[in-house]
Amino acid sequence: MNKIVGNVSIALNGIEDNMTLMLGGFGLCGIPENSISQLVKMGVKNLTCISNNAGVDDFGLGLLLQTKQIKKMISSYVGENDEFERQMLSGELEVDLIPQGSLAERCRAGGAGIPAFFTPAGFGTEIAEGKEVRIFNGKPHILELALTADFAIVKAWKGDTEGNLIFKAAARNFNPLMAMAGKITIAEVEELVPAGSLDPNQIHTPGIFVQRIFQGEKFQKRIEQRTVRHKV
Amino acid sequence: MALDKIGIAKRIAQELKDGWYVNLGIGIPTIVANYIPQGIEVEFQSENGVLGMGPFPFEGEEDPDLINAGKQTITALPGASFFDSATSFAMIRGQHVQLTVLGAMEVSQNGDIANWKIPGKMVKGMGGAMDLVASADNIIVAMMHSNRAGESKILKQCTLPLTGVNCVKKVVTELAVMEIKDGKFYLLERAPGVSVEEIISKTDGELVVPDVVPEMKI
Repeated sequence: MNKIVGNVSIALNGIEDNMTLMLGGFGLCGIPENSISQLVKMGVKNLTCISNNAGVDDFGLGLLLQTKQIKKMISSYVGENDEFERQMLSGELEVDLIPQGSLAERCRAGGAGIPAFFTPAGFGTEIAEGKEVRIFNGKPHILELALTADFAIVKAWKGDTEGNLIFKAAARNFNPLMAMAGKITIAEVEELVPAGSLDPNQIHTPGIFVQRIFQGEKFQKRIEQRTVRHKV
Repeated sequence: MALDKIGIAKRIAQELKDGWYVNLGIGIPTIVANYIPQGIEVEFQSENGVLGMGPFPFEGEEDPDLINAGKQTITALPGASFFDSATSFAMIRGQHVQLTVLGAMEVSQNGDIANWKIPGKMVKGMGGAMDLVASADNIIVAMMHSNRAGESKILKQCTLPLTGVNCVKKVVTELAVMEIKDGKFYLLERAPGVSVEEIISKTDGELVVPDVVPEMKI
């Protein structure tokens, strides 16, 4: 089945105010940067964004915060972003902080048809408040609910016309999980190839989870913390 | 003399055992990787999806797609693997990772840890810390004994929002190595030249002190 759409603007067609979006990436690594730029252009507002991080002030989801398009963020770590902090402390932005592993599993569960699960993460902390607790193997666990989204937007290294995806290195992170949890999943890829060009043994996300795929026009791939060692 | 950050990392590195998979947090824990004892093999897991993490890349060889959980550019060693975040936390929650080393703002005598939030001041989020401390069998905390105001961070009870309860097994500070057992801190070792009296005076939680407290060998 051919999932190709011509460009980012067609790919994001149907995203409207008040929708819930999942956006892949960890920090600025593996984020759908072309789609984020397009969301700024579209000007859709009151978005609920599920993403591990919130970008930095002038890149990634930070761009959508600058334009105040986000009503609520569901994330695990949101440092490195002054505008985020300002909006959160002033109450303009709703924020739901979730342990990273629970966030990943909630996306996976949402895509896998599992409505909820118990995890030990967060027991005895403020994030367990109001959540059901059960003891398994002598240890307390809290109930966490699955997450889904109107649109999931993911970024892959390579993809084919069928929507099969391959990620590179640590840019995989949340992308395959969110791809499963979107009612409509959009994949932006660095390299789009014909069906049959990718080895089926190497596919990370099978095309069934992807409804629309396009090749991103340009990838900045910013590095947040450039750390190097020197040759001796 | 009290240890510096590198000293703390070196002392923690002595806890590493051959064949372990280890998750190192941001800050002092990251430095531990530089001091693996000779003759043992350990593999480092980074919760954003890397097993077999190597040192920082040489200048000019940075790959934006290859970072650690602190968002620093890294390399992958031969035999490394990459995976998604759910698989990564399956390794952690499923106790396939033998040791977690992380920093803390406060630790209490029953093994509670606080390291993610200062109400009204700092709210960056917990990242993977809550998953890590809830599941790891073996958790070592690397931290300073007191805060900048000179108040002890080794407490009877944490005052900041908790990251996890009843989970820390060992604490290494610039002054001491302490084990947490049965709701008490047990002083195991002191930093070279640091007196037991100084450690007692800077520890707010209940501290069990044996007759002889050996110096750390760094």
